[in-house]
Amino acid sequence: MLEIRNLHAKVGGKEILRGIDLTINRGEVHAIMGPNGSGKSTLAHVLAGRETFEVTEGEVIYEGKSLLEMPPEQRAREGLFLAFQYPVEIPGVSNMYLLKAGLNAIRKHQGLEELDAVEFLALVKERMKLVDMDQSLMSRSVNEGFSGGEKKRNEILQMAVLDPKLAILDETDSGLDIDALRIVANGINTLRHPERAIMLVTHYQRILDYVVPDRVHVLHNGRIVRSGGKELAVELEAKGYGWLEGEANRAQPAVS
Amino acid sequence: MVAVTDEKQPYLASFDRLERQRPRPSWIDPIRRSAIERFDELGFPTTRQEEWRRTSLAALTRIPFEPPDAGRGAPDAAPLPLGAVLDGADPGSRLVFINGRLARQLSSVRGLPAGAWLGSLAEAAEEHRGLVEPHLARHAPAAPFVALNTAFLDEGAFLFLPKDTILAEPVHLVFFSVSGARPTVTHPRTLVVAEAASQARIVETYAGDGVYFTNAVTEIVLGENAVLDHHKLQDENRSAFHIATVQARVERSGSFSSHSMSIGGALVRNDLNAVLEAEGADCSLDGLFLAGSGQHVDNHTAIDHVRPHGTSRELYKGILGAGGRGVFDGKIVVRKDAQKTDAMQVNRNLLLSDDALIDTKPQLEIYNNDVKCKHAATIGRLDDSSVFYLRSRGIDEKAARLLLLRAFASEVIGRVKLDRMRSRLEGAVTALLSEAERVGRAS
Ligand SMILES: Nc1ncnc2c1ncn2[C@@H]1O[C@H](COP(=O)(O)OP(=O)(O)OP(=O)(O)O)[C@@H](O)[C@H]1O
Ligand SMILES: [Mg+2]
Repeated sequence: MLEIRNLHAKVGGKEILRGIDLTINRGEVHAIMGPNGSGKSTLAHVLAGRETFEVTEGEVIYEGKSLLEMPPEQRAREGLFLAFQYPVEIPGVSNMYLLKAGLNAIRKHQGLEELDAVEFLALVKERMKLVDMDQSLMSRSVNEGFSGGEKKRNEILQMAVLDPKLAILDETDSGLDIDALRIVANGINTLRHPERAIMLVTHYQRILDYVVPDRVHVLHNGRIVRSGGKELAVELEAKGYGWLEGEANRAQPAVS
Repeated sequence: MVAVTDEKQPYLASFDRLERQRPRPSWIDPIRRSAIERFDELGFPTTRQEEWRRTSLAALTRIPFEPPDAGRGAPDAAPLPLGAVLDGADPGSRLVFINGRLARQLSSVRGLPAGAWLGSLAEAAEEHRGLVEPHLARHAPAAPFVALNTAFLDEGAFLFLPKDTILAEPVHLVFFSVSGARPTVTHPRTLVVAEAASQARIVETYAGDGVYFTNAVTEIVLGENAVLDHHKLQDENRSAFHIATVQARVERSGSFSSHSMSIGGALVRNDLNAVLEAEGADCSLDGLFLAGSGQHVDNHTAIDHVRPHGTSRELYKGILGAGGRGVFDGKIVVRKDAQKTDAMQVNRNLLLSDDALIDTKPQLEIYNNDVKCKHAATIGRLDDSSVFYLRSRGIDEKAARLLLLRAFASEVIGRVKLDRMRSRLEGAVTALLSEAERVGRAS
């Protein structure tokens, strides 16, 4: 479903992604872990089409198409979804409006009927149960005045409504108490599906107790320095990221 | 200095001509005469004066505007573009002025409670002198354009609300200008006297066709506990000049709210002065101003807290498109006796283009320590990360930008309680963004 080949990206002249190779097949959940500043969010944003980051090398094939050539809205319409690490507050635009406009743009692109207000409301109500969100939040401005946990749940709700093929979740588990974490994890698990792929960016092994990944990758300094099964996450939790320094150097002996 | 005399000359000459043509004397004559003397003395403001530093009148004074042909009177039928203005108006009583003259066929007054009066100011001045005289030309400042307006005081609009009168429907005052062969100047004048505990909503609309100059003055007097909701839609032609002063005086526990919406004109200056004259008076001033290519819009507001426990809330938003120039200058004065004043002023501006410009300046003059007074001013662009967030949800870039822009304006537009006016404003915001994008792409 997604194939990233030798992806390099920079921002403000600084190279942040320094050759990422990663393949995710449909039905799989991949966890991306790594210390602060290792480039996890950069990778997520590059995949979603954020123009601040300049791709200098490499390619990304998504469903047989070249992803990097598409504007962000087209990626969304082709079924890619990014749950933001820091969801943006947009005063004056209601959650409801955003979701409906987004969903109908996606449905139109996919040749489906647009939903009318009644159908849309029914869908949202049903999906809201998944994240245990208060319905009053829907009529409020996008993320405005939401608590950290509410923002994260709102991202999961958006994902549940927009029904993506590839979901990239950037630290959707960070800053949540255990109850909220369970709700978010449960939301993700419900969306786990043989036709869908999930890229779960996280700092902590904890969420992986609830959402068990097929593969775990460790990102360090803009490169994937180790990949493994779910036991790798446990090892990271126990050892921290300190040992990565040596690993990173070993991974690129040719570069000095 | 010869140039200065020349600039005033056409106005002084028109005044003399009109004086000679007056059919009969009136008690207003001496007021007009002293006003023209005042104007002659002051002359047009220049950018050397602080209050006019950001707005040059060179383009205005260069054009020899003339009063509309006095003999012609008001046309009976609506000029074409006026049709659109009237069709787009919200329901309620309506006075329509064409080139300063009341067009009775286009006007309708309905549902006025007993004792209330709505109609021609000139007529009221003769028939109800006792209601008009205590207020006419006694509130607005003796500034050059106000003096000029008073000197040319003609038909005008007058609304009188006796004590405890409540108007259920809004009153619409439509001022429409059509230039003939030569550029026309009109001096619309409105006087609103709302006695104690009365309540009304007033909507002033300015529009027109061609190159013309509107020099408007509105005086509003609010008695104790009176509530007035004032809307102004400045929707002048894109080649027109619009200079206007709204002066409101608010008595004890009175409440004045203003929605000043400026979407048209080439050179626009809005002065809005609210004097909170007595204890517990309250005002809320909302403003939206749009300026695109070839437009200069200057908003000066002044809130004067004279007595204790006054509250003022001010929110002005500016959207400047390609080539648009905007000015916001908001003064708040808290006098020595105005303890427990609670004032808040916010001015937010959005630039849609590199070629847009805004000057914003808050001025606080506080002569009392026991007050709450806050102000904020921002200048920004549409936020990239918000645009990206919307796009990442499938919304295309253009729609995302429009959505954010409308969201920005909606805080002010949303408080306009007139449906058609709201949609006119939303349409103007949309058009400004399209214009900015068209120009942006071209350059
Ligand atoms: N817009 C930007 N301008 C400049 N530098 C940036 C920008 N965005 C990210 N960076 C830098 O790129 C590097 C990688 O950042 P990124 O946000 O991808 O890391 P991360 O792995 O997601 O970290 P965290 O765990 O803190 O979320 C950091 O050094 C960061 O400072
Ligand atoms: Mg991050």
